[in-house]
Amino acid sequence: MSNQTRIETRNLNLRFGSAVVLKNLNMSIKSNFVTAIMGPSGCGKSTLIRTFNRLNDLIPECHIEGEVILNGMNIFDKKVDVVELRKRVGMVFQKPNPFPKSIYDNVAYGPKMHGMAHGKKLDTIVEKSLKDAALWAEVKDRLRDSALSLSGGQQQRLCIARTLSVQPEVILLDEPCSALDPAATAKIESLMVQLKKNYTVIVVTHNMQQAARVSDYTAFLYLGELMEYGEAEQVFKNPSNKLTEDFITGRFG
Amino acid sequence: MKRQIREAIIEKGLFLAASASIIIVMLIIIFMFAEGIRALNFDFLFGMEWWPSGEKFGIIPTVVSTFIIGLGALGIAIIIGIPCAIFLSEYSRDPIRSIIKSSVEMLVGIPSIVLGFFGLVVLVPLIRYNIGGLGESILAGWIILSIMTLPHIISISEDAMRAVPNSFREGSIALGSTTWQTTKALIIPNAKSGIFASIVLGMGNAIGETMAVLMVIGNPNIPWIPQSILDQVRVLTSTIVIEISYAIWGSMHQYSLFALGIVLFAVVSVLNLISRLIIKEEIRKRW
Repeated sequence: MSNQTRIETRNLNLRFGSAVVLKNLNMSIKSNFVTAIMGPSGCGKSTLIRTFNRLNDLIPECHIEGEVILNGMNIFDKKVDVVELRKRVGMVFQKPNPFPKSIYDNVAYGPKMHGMAHGKKLDTIVEKSLKDAALWAEVKDRLRDSALSLSGGQQQRLCIARTLSVQPEVILLDEPCSALDPAATAKIESLMVQLKKNYTVIVVTHNMQQAARVSDYTAFLYLGELMEYGEAEQVFKNPSNKLTEDFITGRFG
Repeated sequence: MKRQIREAIIEKGLFLAASASIIIVMLIIIFMFAEGIRALNFDFLFGMEWWPSGEKFGIIPTVVSTFIIGLGALGIAIIIGIPCAIFLSEYSRDPIRSIIKSSVEMLVGIPSIVLGFFGLVVLVPLIRYNIGGLGESILAGWIILSIMTLPHIISISEDAMRAVPNSFREGSIALGSTTWQTTKALIIPNAKSGIFASIVLGMGNAIGETMAVLMVIGNPNIPWIPQSILDQVRVLTSTIVIEISYAIWGSMHQYSLFALGIVLFAVVSVLNLISRLIIKEEIRKRW
């Protein structure tokens, strides 16, 4: 495994109108690892990863200062093509959001949109993405069925396959298991660990057991500030911050 | 005991008020059919000539003119209204959005007579001196009617598009789609029945509209099938308004005008019913 930095935030500040959400964040996220960002509700963790694919751009009163460096390039730079950025930094949402289309069309949506492939080549991309999302075996005979006929856990893996289909470098997962049952959660968690071979995985969770199970690096965010960040083992066994310790031991959160 | 009696009286009274609409609709239908049914025959429905003093009452030219006026106005309203709805739903933010929305709502509030008057004193001369013909024409009818239909098309299709869940938009944008790609691939396909309902409803409005159209389409003495968009025409509504005042009481002429009313009522009801059904279906399959 390489040890390079994939994403780095430099003095990142973010506010919605007058509400400050992220305060002077400096963290560097390593390639090909799972990085978990945990913290109580409202601490800004979802907002943070939505900065990485500039999804916060959709919110009119959002103001950002500082830099987010992806592969040496500030993503807020005027030269950056936001479409290209979002292709490179994929995202899976809290609630599974498959499009009301067939399973096949859900996965083919991105590649078609970007003119990446059609015909046989598109079939190959769809198959590979579904295999990488550990869903192929379950749906290979019903690719033309509506995606809405799948169970919640399958829908979420479909959304992961949809994200993989445009060949991103980074995958952001925003509490991907919060709407799922334990069995489906276990599948997604093992999938995250597999995905780090080829991708940089960043997962937001308010569930610290989940963070402990899947992450190599763990960050603890509290009221918009980075309280703790380091190797998972270090953070869980020997937190440097009293608040982190309280969170991990379940005293709040 | 006293309380129960009072409650019962109130309930009956409210029911009576609620029944008023049924009674009124029934009365109107009965009255219209009683008067019009005598004129509803083959020559009426398929006749090419409408000439009251010659006892000829064929409605084909009037019906054709009505549909030409309605469809043309609808076409203009669709060309402007659907893009406007897309802009409001997918592209605009406040304050632009609320400014446009409130002006669309103001458009609904303009009394049709005022719009007709505007058409008569502004639009008609404009056409007469710049394009040709008498000015009072199909073209003027199209423009005035499309202004009246526009707000309905805009607001119903915008509602349909905004009802598409935001999670679809986010999912699509996060894959690197542009707003237009998202609109084309997700928003319009999921809102299409609502958009279609708005169009059908718009057609119903356009056909049933009377006052504004009447003032700008010229209404020649003999209804005919027009040859050019600069021709004057007569539609169902304008024919009734113009002729009812001099139709002799109890004559075939009068019955025929009521029969025109029946045809108009039937067409508009069917269009409203279709759009109602589409909207109902749409609500049923909501996520």
